[in-house]
Amino acid sequence: MPARTMFDKVWAAHEVVPETPDTPAVLYIDLHLTHEVTSPQAFALLRAQGLRIRRPDRTLATLDHSTPTRTEQIFGDEPIGLTDAARQVHQLEENAREFGMELYGLRDPRRGIVHVIGPEQGHTRPGMTIVCGDSHTSTHGALGALAFGIGTTEVGHVLATQCLLQRKPKTLAVEVGGRLGAGVTAKDLILAIIGRIGVSGGTGHVLEYRGPAIAALSMAERMTVCNMSIEAGARAGMIAPDDVTLAYLAERPHRPRPADWDAAVAGWRALASDPGAAFDAHVAIDASVLEPMITYGTNPGMVLPIGGEIPNDRGDPVLERALAYMGFRAGEPMLGKRVDVVFVGSCTNGRLEDLQATAKILRGRRVAPGVRMLVVPGSQQIKREAEALGLAEVFRQAGAEWRESGCSMCLGMNGDTVPAGATAVSTSNRNFEGRQGAGARTLLASPYTAAASAVTGRITDPRDLL
Amino acid sequence: MEPIKTLRSTTVVMPSTNIDTDQIIPARYLTVTTKTGLGKALFADLRYAADGTPKPDFVLNRAEAAGSRILVAGHNFGCGSSREHAPWALVDHGFRAVVSTAIADIFKTNALKNGLLPVIVDPATHRWLVEHPGAEVAIDLESTELALPDGRRVAFPIDRFARHCLLNGIDELGYLRGQLPAIERYEAAHGR
Ligand code: SF4
Repeated sequence: MPARTMFDKVWAAHEVVPETPDTPAVLYIDLHLTHEVTSPQAFALLRAQGLRIRRPDRTLATLDHSTPTRTEQIFGDEPIGLTDAARQVHQLEENAREFGMELYGLRDPRRGIVHVIGPEQGHTRPGMTIVCGDSHTSTHGALGALAFGIGTTEVGHVLATQCLLQRKPKTLAVEVGGRLGAGVTAKDLILAIIGRIGVSGGTGHVLEYRGPAIAALSMAERMTVCNMSIEAGARAGMIAPDDVTLAYLAERPHRPRPADWDAAVAGWRALASDPGAAFDAHVAIDASVLEPMITYGTNPGMVLPIGGEIPNDRGDPVLERALAYMGFRAGEPMLGKRVDVVFVGSCTNGRLEDLQATAKILRGRRVAPGVRMLVVPGSQQIKREAEALGLAEVFRQAGAEWRESGCSMCLGMNGDTVPAGATAVSTSNRNFEGRQGAGARTLLASPYTAAASAVTGRITDPRDLL
Repeated sequence: MEPIKTLRSTTVVMPSTNIDTDQIIPARYLTVTTKTGLGKALFADLRYAADGTPKPDFVLNRAEAAGSRILVAGHNFGCGSSREHAPWALVDHGFRAVVSTAIADIFKTNALKNGLLPVIVDPATHRWLVEHPGAEVAIDLESTELALPDGRRVAFPIDRFARHCLLNGIDELGYLRGQLPAIERYEAAHGR
């Protein structure tokens, strides 16, 4: 058999019907994750056609996007602030009941952001195909799964058949050599990669991140990297399972039974791309020269090392429009710019390690006067862990707000928004116009950089505070 | 779905690159549980001032944009989230095609499933369209060509299966459900 990439192996193992020039492949989906925002119309379709969920055992729902993060609204008597959001939450609860789908409901201890809980609970496993009506499904590729976002019509297809019609994407190897320096994180790495290949550089491709700098990353860091594959336009991002992956999987509530473990491990180990496997495209990055990164514009590719200056490409209408929106001028340094809001959270950087990094900077310090800082854990489990480790206390003492889990200010659907014209340093993944609220100005960065900037009230190189 | 064969319309031009799905429809409009009525949220932050009044300089608010069914947009249109609310909003507003030099993957898939044609053209054709807003063009799905007013015809790529479904009004879910015997065989053979 010719040498195959990890993607080729996972794809081939899930082809129910191969593609032809006239017809796409029928691809089997092992795990279908759903949430309240992109599923209601799919359930309406099932209802209209008299269909059921074909494999409820392969379908899991959670509430994350439009859910409140205020404790009183989840566990207390306070009603959900936004009526439309409340309706959407109740609609998913009703759909789960009617269609027999497991739901990690509002007060469930396993609830959280869909891309955080999949791996955390052990639903996500190497070699699986995983889809969700959400573009950051690429996160799950950190465990060697082929995971990608789909639209609501396709959500309906998977609910009804457990399959999708798909054309086979191409592959792009992202070879990361060297090792990240102190204070430089996986977030900085993926921002640098997007800066290099551009926001449409991965279109039509599945990225495989590989090389010594990737092997050195923890599971949480790998998820941060794969999470933002879509910001380069890619279908998915994958990292080959190794000892780090196996150690992580061994601790999951839904790990394979002891009798099945060895066979599962053998299968997972065989997933890595064969030596000499051909990728359609390549890019190489040296991690050791990277610095903390921060965005200055209105897409994640408009990014620079934190000590750098905003580019001065006169006459570039895209840059001019972005800078006008951000209220920045070409040639200005990023360091020292005033910050109004700091958000730590999201499926990119809402895991325990991210909260630990945030606490490392905040411990014994205070959020600068006039700065609002919101720390939102990626899941209820992470919330409990952070509280047990005393991190929540560090955040509170520093003057930050500590919330229940959810997407929160990443997209501002639940009312956690950045005011118009305010500048936010955010550990999330999108700095699009209006992403965190109408008129909000978003700077994407690592938890270190976010926390350091919260403390000084200015864009700050976190290495000065570490 | 209604079959689509040809589409003739004047164009509306939004030349910005990377028009993302948050611009097409901001997240605060995603709390709906139906598909209908999203046209009024289309490009909401670009289209309306904070008090809800239309911004007169935004292209969709100009008289000549009324009734246009073809949007000519900059490179990498539809990047960002998987929200199908983006094509729903465009279709609800009245658009039936988006013409660009590149269209993001998930958006393209979602568009095809809602009868919104993703038409990818070469940079020279795109430049001509951007420089001639309001031009009357025709999109022929049978011949997969875009016809410019001067008679030039430009071929555009489109997935053959999606084209077949659109031309014949075929519902992809119906086709996929026709594969259920193969799906059951796969599940039995692969321990699913
Ligand atoms: S945290 Fe943000 S990017 Fe992640 S799933 Fe939620 S809204 Fe999407």
